[in-house]
Amino acid sequence: MTATTPAPSIGRSLPRLEARDKVTGRVEYVHHLRLPGMLYGKIFRSNVPHARIKSIDTAAAAALPGVYQVVTIEDIRKVIPHPYYGPAFHDQPILADGKVRFAGEPVAVVLAFDRKIAEDAVALITAEYEELPGIFDEIEAMTSDVLVHDELKPASTFPDLQHLKGRKGTNIALDYQLRRGDTEAGFAKADHVFEHTFCSQQVMHIPMEPFVSVADYQDGHLTLHTASQGPSFVRIEIARLLGLPENRVRVKVPFLGGGFGGKLYIKLEALVTALSMVAQRPVKISLTMEEQFYMVTRHPCHFTIKSGLTKEGKLIARHCEVIWNGGAYADIGPRVTQKAGFTSAGPYDIENVSINSYAVYTNRPPCGALRGFGAPQTAWAYESHTDMIAEAMGIDKVEFRRMNMLREGRPQASGTPLRDAEIERSLDHILDRMNWSLPFDRGSGTIKRGRGIAIGFKGITAPTTSVAIVNLFADGSCALYIGTVDMGQGSDTVMAQIAGEVLNLDAASIKVIHPDTDVTPYDMGTLGSRSTFHMGNAVKLAAQDAMGKIADLARELGLPEGANLPLADMLRKKYGMQAGNIIGTGSFIPDYEKPDTTTGLTKKGTPFWGVGAAGAEVEIDIETGAIKVTKLVNVADVGTAINPKAVQQQLSGAAIMQLGFTMTENMVFRDGQLTNGSLADYKIPTLLDIPREFINEHVPNAYDKDGPFGAKGAGESTTIALSPAIGNAVADALGVRIHDLPITPESIFRALQAAKGTPLEDCA
Amino acid sequence: MSTTRTIRFTLNGRAVAADVAAGETIVDMLTLRFDLKGARESCGQGLCGCCTVTVDGMAVSGCLSMAWFLDGTSVETIEGIGTGGALDPVQEAFIEAGAFQCGFCTPGFIMMVRQLLDAHPDPDDEEVRHYLTGNLCRCSAYPEILTAVKLAAAKRKKLAA
Repeated sequence: MTATTPAPSIGRSLPRLEARDKVTGRVEYVHHLRLPGMLYGKIFRSNVPHARIKSIDTAAAAALPGVYQVVTIEDIRKVIPHPYYGPAFHDQPILADGKVRFAGEPVAVVLAFDRKIAEDAVALITAEYEELPGIFDEIEAMTSDVLVHDELKPASTFPDLQHLKGRKGTNIALDYQLRRGDTEAGFAKADHVFEHTFCSQQVMHIPMEPFVSVADYQDGHLTLHTASQGPSFVRIEIARLLGLPENRVRVKVPFLGGGFGGKLYIKLEALVTALSMVAQRPVKISLTMEEQFYMVTRHPCHFTIKSGLTKEGKLIARHCEVIWNGGAYADIGPRVTQKAGFTSAGPYDIENVSINSYAVYTNRPPCGALRGFGAPQTAWAYESHTDMIAEAMGIDKVEFRRMNMLREGRPQASGTPLRDAEIERSLDHILDRMNWSLPFDRGSGTIKRGRGIAIGFKGITAPTTSVAIVNLFADGSCALYIGTVDMGQGSDTVMAQIAGEVLNLDAASIKVIHPDTDVTPYDMGTLGSRSTFHMGNAVKLAAQDAMGKIADLARELGLPEGANLPLADMLRKKYGMQAGNIIGTGSFIPDYEKPDTTTGLTKKGTPFWGVGAAGAEVEIDIETGAIKVTKLVNVADVGTAINPKAVQQQLSGAAIMQLGFTMTENMVFRDGQLTNGSLADYKIPTLLDIPREFINEHVPNAYDKDGPFGAKGAGESTTIALSPAIGNAVADALGVRIHDLPITPESIFRALQAAKGTPLEDCA
Repeated sequence: MSTTRTIRFTLNGRAVAADVAAGETIVDMLTLRFDLKGARESCGQGLCGCCTVTVDGMAVSGCLSMAWFLDGTSVETIEGIGTGGALDPVQEAFIEAGAFQCGFCTPGFIMMVRQLLDAHPDPDDEEVRHYLTGNLCRCSAYPEILTAVKLAAAKRKKLAA
């Protein structure tokens, strides 16, 4: 404790604690880690999407000078008898086991002391396959005879998936249902019924630090150094695979060069662990940018939405049929299916809602979590649909939204009431920044201009736990021990601010200890906008616990009330020298009520609501379809902004990422083969793509009563409404609706031609 | 064994020598032989700018350029900028503007912004956008990077005055 009280921490735009290390290039990533005696692993991948493996010939690779060993599933089975893993289903083999299920699946690994030799040796491996028919489309996969897996294998950790155990003859990994009221009766009563279908494409996270993990297994102890967003999950899942107690598995995570949901759960960790056990040496695998496309991606989504309305425009019934293409392995897809399914009817007050949301296996690269956990795909559908209904009924699009909007205290489709969710204020903020009430230049000649808005929300994965430790040293300086991973979002800084506020310490003086499962306590994962809320609460509780212990110490030392003796002096008094610690702990799990197993209804399904709204102006050349987003406004309800600058960066960064997913990014497949898996052919946003008018703001004076100092997550909210705002602007400019993402000059030109009755041929 | 060659060059102002292999990239050499971690391979195709260093004052992609050809040149990396423990004005500007999140692309951006300001001491928005379009930031700190460039230009002018 310092004698002078530092400035309040909350609401201060403190620069990142690690700022200097990042601008000097000295910051630590697993990317650079080398251990003594370490081998480099290079993966040999399948070049067919669905096949039985007849044989793998590794002899030439093994004979290459400098190669340490070539490893296949047979070698791995000797050290891990049941080598299957995954967060929701134990469906993914550490290396292909008799079958390959997507083109690009790991089949064998070359280990060598020299990375280049490992690469050369991989080129010498050959595999013979008996090809099987592949299934790539999610709709076809729902009913196809082609099966990606023979049997469903839910992980025992999720009790709500146990009914799927042993299910055979299907590609549907999960069928989530929500039933509120009587949708059929609602449609029967409706004066108008609208039904539309929208699709989202497969895209990828593209962290600039590609996936990388290092395993060091020695005598029944494992240390993993991994670029992971979920060190606690990795420890638990690896301990399960190896049959070890948790205390024999140590997972260390420094800074991440980006994550965005990709580096969650378990990725390369099982493979490097198995390789280190086989080789009895440390093993590192670093993926190339091209290989990242075969690790994990975002779900393509096919969403048919049907709404019934009164003649006044009140929504009275809605049915959502949401189908998620999960690829060859479930990863966390079943959770995406549930969580995004849960809010897929949109932020509207509708009495009768039914939702079917399906996770479907196909022979594509696996799909998992990506910034928004499915919410952006569902909002693309429900907010495009909203504009189409308003237009068809001749109602103003803003008024239509206001008429049907979910308001504070009203039950959302699941029955969970909306609470501390600034949907209407987000919309108002957008309208203001868009100058919505002013006349709008609609372009001239071949240039057409249009504008659009959209709103959206998401529920948060629940219930999940965060635990934090605050340690005050003998001189009063402070360290914070947390499992939250700083992957660029600035969690170290924000958590230090929360601790500093309670402890009356300058946040910049607090040291944040990075995840090391031997040292830092449990955290469910750095995902789904949960850290500020969950870990923030845990840190606050830990700091309060430490303050309580300091007060106890003051009483023990017989100090008068309000003596305010610095902690260093108190500890010196107690121990007679500079010694001792004050340790505060905090553990947080939000209130939660399990949804009813048949209706999906719950009174408390989410710890808080993520809310985002967007507005866009576009300019389109109707001769070429060329489109420019000339103005983009994004607004989110983040509750209290603990660090306004960090919040601003999250809102803006998430929006630009979703802008890429809206305008350019698309994993293109031909016969199950990815044709554009590199940054040369898969275009992510650059400085030239940032709209000339680009505004990102949070709703002022919002407050979440359950959040630490009123705060909630900010990392995903601006991904939700962005795509439909642009889609709605395109429709406003052209009178033509784009149903499938991305919105490209070609898709616009095709839609224009189709509207003229002269559609272009499909390119096969 | 692949052929090696002894190269002598200047690295961040110091005369150095290294025995490099024929296929060894500048990034690999800097990382493995000099323990410099600021230039990083990300896309491996010269498309993202994470590996940017300068050779005789010209920015190059360290993941595509061969160390073999550095003999007799002067190489500068992020570790070599700034003086006597003080940050370079561009580094300061990046911190003040909050022009990074995860930091993986940051050294490449900073090296490129220095080049930009050498060529255009007072760039307008369009010049900045075009000049830096070969540097990718997936966290998308682009708006803050634009601010940082302006800030850095002002800082440089003040220093020169």
